[in-house]
Amino acid sequence: MSEQIPDLPRAQLRSMLSTMYRIRAFEEKVDELFMRGEMHGTTHLSIGQEGTAVGAVSTLRSDDYITSTHRGHGHCITKGADISLMMAELLGKETGICRGRGGSMHIADVQTGNLGANGIVAGGMPISTGVGLSMKMQGTDRVCLCIFGDGAANEGAFHESINLAATWDLPVIFLCENNQYGMSMSTRRAMRNETVAQRAAGYGIPGELVDGNDVLAVYATISAAVQRARDGHGPSLIESRTYRHKGHAKSDQNLYRSRDEIRDWQQRDPIQNFANLLISQEKLTQQEAKEDEAAAYAAVEEAYRFGLSSPDPDPETLLEGVYA
Amino acid sequence: MTISHSQSLTASGGETVEPSTRKITYGAAIRQVLQEEMRRDPRIFLIGEDIGIYGGAFGITKGLLEEFGEERVRDTPISEQAIAGCAIGAALSGMLPIAEFQFSDFMTLAMDQIVNQGAKLRFMFGGKARVPVVFRAPLGSGMGFAAQHSQSLEAWFAHVPGLKVVLPSTPADTAGLLRSAIHDPNIVIFLEHKALYNQQGEVPTGDWRVPIGKADIKLEGKHLTIIALSIMVQRALAVAERLAQEGIEAEVIDPRTLRPLDEETLVDSVSKTGRVLIVQEAVLTGGFGGEIAARIAASKAFYYLDAPIMRLGGAEIPMPYQIQLEKHATPQEEDIYQAAHLLLQQKPV
Repeated sequence: MSEQIPDLPRAQLRSMLSTMYRIRAFEEKVDELFMRGEMHGTTHLSIGQEGTAVGAVSTLRSDDYITSTHRGHGHCITKGADISLMMAELLGKETGICRGRGGSMHIADVQTGNLGANGIVAGGMPISTGVGLSMKMQGTDRVCLCIFGDGAANEGAFHESINLAATWDLPVIFLCENNQYGMSMSTRRAMRNETVAQRAAGYGIPGELVDGNDVLAVYATISAAVQRARDGHGPSLIESRTYRHKGHAKSDQNLYRSRDEIRDWQQRDPIQNFANLLISQEKLTQQEAKEDEAAAYAAVEEAYRFGLSSPDPDPETLLEGVYA
Repeated sequence: MTISHSQSLTASGGETVEPSTRKITYGAAIRQVLQEEMRRDPRIFLIGEDIGIYGGAFGITKGLLEEFGEERVRDTPISEQAIAGCAIGAALSGMLPIAEFQFSDFMTLAMDQIVNQGAKLRFMFGGKARVPVVFRAPLGSGMGFAAQHSQSLEAWFAHVPGLKVVLPSTPADTAGLLRSAIHDPNIVIFLEHKALYNQQGEVPTGDWRVPIGKADIKLEGKHLTIIALSIMVQRALAVAERLAQEGIEAEVIDPRTLRPLDEETLVDSVSKTGRVLIVQEAVLTGGFGGEIAARIAASKAFYYLDAPIMRLGGAEIPMPYQIQLEKHATPQEEDIYQAAHLLLQQKPV
């Protein structure tokens, strides 16, 4: 964990911690609702990965874009989506952020620049190059943060996308959120390289490995890559190494990893670490942290109530929204 | 051949006037529309392999680099998935990309982006996004390019809600449909026939558009209906001329758009003639002709049928290289002529 706190306003640090609490509270509620059978389909929880989501996405401006992954609730929340609309979406309601048509795996919020979670591993990567090209051709300094998992690093789309963005100096930041398992497949069994970041050399762009559970380290690394992209110097490949505390999805029995390993990573909880740091450096009081955490859980309960009280989509509207 | 109603301009008084036209090739019609539209709207750009200095594998984009520069005529690495995704991402964020695949066979390398991403994004996002992309690609055989450069995979795309699928058979339709595709706020899969690029025809000048989703009666007739796709329209018209000398009047219809399909025009024609032959170049099994046959069979036209619906299509093999084998693998004029006679010989029970 960073020992030095970068020169960020106190309010921003507190807001980052609050967002991490909000993601954790949201994911825990979703987990509970699935257990109780109130949500259907499947979902992928990002508990344990909040340091990467908040550290990376909070470097962006509201007019920047992200593309996200199937484990994308945290990215969506950090980019500014309304959690009530997100909860309504997961509950399949008409008031949902995608009118109940997308669900957890396709959650998107075009208004805040989130071009969607993705049910296809690496599916957002080629799209991010187009967003980068668009920003460049329109003469803006806006950027696209392309978030993908370690599993995506072995898809063909990874190669085509990074090569194109590198060749054309596109303002795209490729962020590999490495939680060390593609479902049950560990990165150690899936590639010869020690890191995904070192593959950057193959594309002639900067690559860096960062502790994904250290929100400030992620923030600093991504900030530099964002600045580089804004300045017209092209993409970077950042690997943020983290861990998901929960299984891949609700069917996961965790047969491929040990309890010790999970417990070990739970000790390195990104939220607890960040809260402790802020308190020890007197950026925040214990009391304030407690209040913010409670507020996050209360907001999620409110979001749940909003979702529950919302109407289901009318089957009469089944065919809407396919074509513009 | 006469210019049909849908290809005429209607003046405000309701009087039909013939538009002024220019005789150009199918390929030149594409280039001209690209050029005119790029001059009109700076958001439009081209992206694809070797479309710049090379002018594209079939020379369609020749000269556009000189006028519009590398920013708007973007040569890419050989990365079909990135081309498709890049176009989709750019469209999502305010641009109007037109992507070219050298051969439609190569679109199979980009299927995730086209089918899982582009076609579904608007729907998955609750109708809150637009993906205005034109994907152009040549399909079909007849040039000895063998199995990986000669397929007709239009049915693959027509199967996907969220895509529009167009396959023009004349220079005028190509120009008019391409302009409509560029103005359409959705993904349009624009499938050109590579053996038609040099075909000449009259193309109306000005802001000429053919609506997407409208079939065209290329020739009116009363004895049988021939519904043909892409290059088969030209072959069907040649056969119709031969049949006419025998006193048989064939009605030839080009659906032009597969999704959305203009079912009404097809059903009305078959209801009139009572006999229908559907001709496609694609392999018969799972081909779009089967969809057309099913729509007719399930419509009011069923009650007017004097013979079973007949289909002609490609042989159930990958496209062979050798030129005679290649011809035998796809319906030729003689096959269509024989099939038409067979259809006419059938008697109602």
